[in-house]
Amino acid sequence: MQHLQDHHASAAAAGLAKTPTGIRGLDDITLGGLPNGRPSLLCGAAGCGKTLFSMTFLVNGVIAYDEPGVFMSFEERARDLEDNVASLGYHVADLVAAKKLVIDHIHIEHSEIEESGEYDLEGLFVRLGFAIDSIGAKRVVLDTIEALFSGLADTALLRAELRRLFGWLKDKGVTAIITAERGEGQLTRFGIEEYVSDCVILLDNRVEEQITTRRLRVVKYRGSAHGTNEYPFLIDDEGITVLPITSAGLEHKISQEPVSTGVDDLDAMLGAGGYFRGSSVLISGLAGTGKSTYGAAFVDAACRRGARCLYFAFEESPEQIARNMRSVGFNLQRHVDSGLLRFEAARPSIYGFEMHLARMYRDIERFEPQAIVVDPISAFRGPSLEIHATLVRLADICKSRGITAVFTSLSTVGDQMNESERSVSSLMDTWISLTDMEANGERNRVLYILKSRGMSHSKQLREYLLSDNGIHFVDVYAGPEGVLTGTARLAQEARERESSNARQQNIQKMHRELTRKREAAERRIAELHADLAREEDEVQRIIEQEETREETLGTDRSTMATARGHQHGQ
Amino acid sequence: MVNDGSEPSVEVESPEPGAYNLRLYVAGQTPKSLAAIANLKAICEDHLSGRYSIEVIDLTVTPQLAAGDQIVALPTLVRTLPPPLKRVIGDLSNTEKVLVGLDIRPRLASTS
Repeated sequence: MQHLQDHHASAAAAGLAKTPTGIRGLDDITLGGLPNGRPSLLCGAAGCGKTLFSMTFLVNGVIAYDEPGVFMSFEERARDLEDNVASLGYHVADLVAAKKLVIDHIHIEHSEIEESGEYDLEGLFVRLGFAIDSIGAKRVVLDTIEALFSGLADTALLRAELRRLFGWLKDKGVTAIITAERGEGQLTRFGIEEYVSDCVILLDNRVEEQITTRRLRVVKYRGSAHGTNEYPFLIDDEGITVLPITSAGLEHKISQEPVSTGVDDLDAMLGAGGYFRGSSVLISGLAGTGKSTYGAAFVDAACRRGARCLYFAFEESPEQIARNMRSVGFNLQRHVDSGLLRFEAARPSIYGFEMHLARMYRDIERFEPQAIVVDPISAFRGPSLEIHATLVRLADICKSRGITAVFTSLSTVGDQMNESERSVSSLMDTWISLTDMEANGERNRVLYILKSRGMSHSKQLREYLLSDNGIHFVDVYAGPEGVLTGTARLAQEARERESSNARQQNIQKMHRELTRKREAAERRIAELHADLAREEDEVQRIIEQEETREETLGTDRSTMATARGHQHGQ
Repeated sequence: MVNDGSEPSVEVESPEPGAYNLRLYVAGQTPKSLAAIANLKAICEDHLSGRYSIEVIDLTVTPQLAAGDQIVALPTLVRTLPPPLKRVIGDLSNTEKVLVGLDIRPRLASTS
């Protein structure tokens, strides 16, 4: 909303003074409030909240801006009015006693009045003037001034007098709201928008598919820019909240800082080490895949860091969530007690989709969380266009405030994306899909990251287990036979172990074979060596024998020669 | 709506039981105001002689009295007695309507 604040400043600089209504959202749409010192017209059909709206304007004026106010009621008596606005938490009687507020009930009963001759509405002027002067009022509400038309017959005179009244209010310098009933084909039944032309706001209350949505539109605002769309608004025990749809553009600051998902393994899978701060995360999955558990893990981690978290629960009560999450090791009650975590639970069918959004917007404004969880968005049923528009706004609100938002969504078996997912998928920065893998008579939970903008994330399918101390990932067997989980994974792993054993044995066998062969070869070598040695021995022996014989022969010969020489020499 | 009789602009003419207590609200000495006062006096003299009292309240002097009698249009004539409370607005120039409005004459009887 920072850029709107800037608009406030520039509008003030342009010279058009504005009076803030103090109604969240409306001051954003009108870039500062109602035109200061001029009357504004607030019109709408019966039951649109015109009276509550204008009373809020006065009460806020007294409490927040120290501007006393006058409420001229043409329909409800002061007591009834006090009782009615008590439901919004306004203690009007106290303000009256403190002389900060005057409530004057103007009652005109046509049947009790006889008209004789000329008259004017000076009595009304006198009463209004007296009320304004008695407390120094800066704000005035006339609710619903058209009641005069049913009380007095001379409409031509009434019109002239109303014109005079609005001029007189301007001269008085009070900022006024004049309420009027919606008319056929025109803004008000008696066409008084003709006289109040500075600012016209239209309230609407439509019923679609048995769900009521209140909407507001600034029809015109002379001399000022303003939001022109229809904006949903909410009336409940905490007053009025208007949801400025276009307040969030695409100019929000982005962050590179990761925030932990609360699951270490998932942090590792997301390349950045978690979700980016201020990003929108969708966790979609089948029933019982632990979507809420992921939400709780995220919340738990955020609260441990000391961040404020808001958990919007649309299917379970806060106690139920706290109990269930304790079983997986997340003590959320601790964070609730320390004030870091707040649950806002409501049945989706209580209000229309936009009313829920308005309520969430108000809660976010008030609690100022750093992280929110919406569990689940699929609980909302309605036209996909409306769901989309609403979620865009919620995501924008979060982004513009740097709030990390985790949305869970229930998928149904069969169609890959349901209505709410399809309509929001483009909004989400990170989309984590949880699925069931069914095989061998059991279900196993598997997670994968469909997308995660701006980070290099794992593309793997991962099986995870919800244990009593959080979420843990298991390596998934991904092979030629597909992704196997649970016992199938175990079986496959066993098979792998078996075949591995077989391979081991084979290798050992080959080793043994080789050893045996080497031993055989060595034996043969030894034998050959032995043969050779034997042969050598033989040869040696023969050589020695030969030598011996040679010697013997020589000896014999010399002996014989000696013997012969002796004979010859003589 | 008690007539405390202390107003500066009160004109009392023989307050007796069963009388008409009339209160005329005006704002300043405008032509309409003066006409209304004159017309009222004439009508009362003609039809209620001796049994009426008129209280003229100028709201420019006492604006706080406007809310009590639910005054919106001016001039307004309020019949506080006899009950029930009756109102006639305007400068009272139409005598017939004043007489009907104050229940002095039934609506159908119209002789002047």
